[in-house]
Amino acid sequence: MTQLALVIDLNVCVGCHACVTSCKEWNTSGPAGSMVDKNPYKEDPTGTFFNRVQSFEIGTYPQTETVHFPKSCLHCEEPPCVPVCPTGASYKREEDGIVLVDYDKCIGCKYCSWACPYGARELDEKQKVMKKCTLCVDRIYDEDLPEKERLPACVMSCPTSARLFGDIHDENSDVSKAIREDAGYQLMPEWGTKPANHYLPRRKVKMTIHKDELERVDNPLSKEERKTHNAPSDSPSLEDMTTW
Amino acid sequence: MHPAFSVIFLTTLIGAGQGLFLALFTGQIFSQFKLMPEQHDSNFYVIGSIIAVGLMAIGLFASFFHLGHPERAWRSAAKWKTSWLSREVIALPAAMGAISLYGAAHYFGFTTPLFTMPGGTEIDATLLLGLASTFTVYTLFICTGMIYGCIKFLQEWHSPLTVINFTLMGMASGFAVATALSAYMQTDLTKFYAVWAILFTVLAFVFRVLSLVRNKKIKPKSDMRSAIGVNHPNIRQMAQGSMGGSFNTREYFHGKKAGFVRNMKYIFLVLAFIVPLALLVFSLGASSWVIPVAAVGIQYLGLIAERWYFFADANHPQNLYYQQIS
Repeated sequence: MTQLALVIDLNVCVGCHACVTSCKEWNTSGPAGSMVDKNPYKEDPTGTFFNRVQSFEIGTYPQTETVHFPKSCLHCEEPPCVPVCPTGASYKREEDGIVLVDYDKCIGCKYCSWACPYGARELDEKQKVMKKCTLCVDRIYDEDLPEKERLPACVMSCPTSARLFGDIHDENSDVSKAIREDAGYQLMPEWGTKPANHYLPRRKVKMTIHKDELERVDNPLSKEERKTHNAPSDSPSLEDMTTW
Repeated sequence: MHPAFSVIFLTTLIGAGQGLFLALFTGQIFSQFKLMPEQHDSNFYVIGSIIAVGLMAIGLFASFFHLGHPERAWRSAAKWKTSWLSREVIALPAAMGAISLYGAAHYFGFTTPLFTMPGGTEIDATLLLGLASTFTVYTLFICTGMIYGCIKFLQEWHSPLTVINFTLMGMASGFAVATALSAYMQTDLTKFYAVWAILFTVLAFVFRVLSLVRNKKIKPKSDMRSAIGVNHPNIRQMAQGSMGGSFNTREYFHGKKAGFVRNMKYIFLVLAFIVPLALLVFSLGASSWVIPVAAVGIQYLGLIAERWYFFADANHPQNLYYQQIS
């Protein structure tokens, strides 16, 4: 079975919002209709986004570090939003595990958004239907696109390659390897939703250097060392044992 | 959560309608099984059924305002196998239909016994339709409560107390309406219903306070660490990805100060339980219909406050991601 997913590397995400804008650009231009932008140039601008980059400060000043955190639908393997939908508009595809909303069936009751602990779903203020990340289902299978462009718009646009896309059920895929080898984790695992999207943690490259590595204690080339080195010893030496 | 008035009116009104029907049928059973002096005033059952169905119809009407696409509402009966909301969408018209038939059977006087029970009790069409309605009414109580009770992320709601409270508060308000109606129509049932209404109001009060106590002790299952997966006790949001708010900041936050929410709690405890209780007890000794009608009105205001608080009290884990605009 296939489970397509994103793996987001927090170690290299710089919080540039390129994924946010390219996601909006692609998905607002599609046949499913635009994603509303209310008051774009006035007070309280608001609109529908499938993907947002949030920023968090970890630690207490001055020992702080900033984590940029892109958040979109995690395409859970046990999606809690699907069974609660009264119309069947919310569904998980058997063939690739993408969780989708059928905009023609959605009645806009918002019940699925209550049942998502991640806040991944947003009601479009104009179309009055629930919207969320589709993993660019209209890109990744499009044979009119060159093969290397059959990727979600956010993955295409990421300048630091912080976003990987692939099948997490295929153990040899890049995403599976990244999860396995770089400690990929899921968000809020305590709810048992089994999110398909994974995050890779911040990783620090550290080198521990001890004092004796900077300065050799027994430097045979030092003047002092040479003296003691060449002084006759009380203990038996190699020369007592062997004959050359 | 953000309290939506469409849902507040839906749940309180259908609860009262369901409770009113249960009151009518309780009266009929007591009378038919000769547990109290027999009632022959079918008018009371007819008008009572009309009011019960009317309350539920207004509630149903209010619920449409919750939908983005009310014209597609018929689709929501599709997934009854998995969704409590879908089950409610089926159970609500079913209960309304069954209660309508029950009222119609009284109106057309289908009271000729169909058969006689071994004990000598005569069973007629109204009794059978009443039983069927009772089944649909309880099904509806369970469906409505489970819509909220089944969402495990909202820990304040994820408890059997949600279903129990929806049922008890519906019955308390419904029996209060029955008390007011019978006082207004001057049937002999006023005291009978007042006693039941007092009983259910006390029970509803006890269980509502129990859920308040339970919710006060809740430890949130998720915190910032599990939300973004960084194991540090001190995580502060700097930006949430939008400058002017989003669906996430509107749907899951009530936007009121803590004091306002706390006051709402005291208001509903007084208006939904204590004042109606006093009025109902008072009405036992008085014959005026004004007192039970006032009890119904005040209790309904209290229940609106209660439902508002019910929503505002629930803290959604997604709020962890939306603590700071920028």
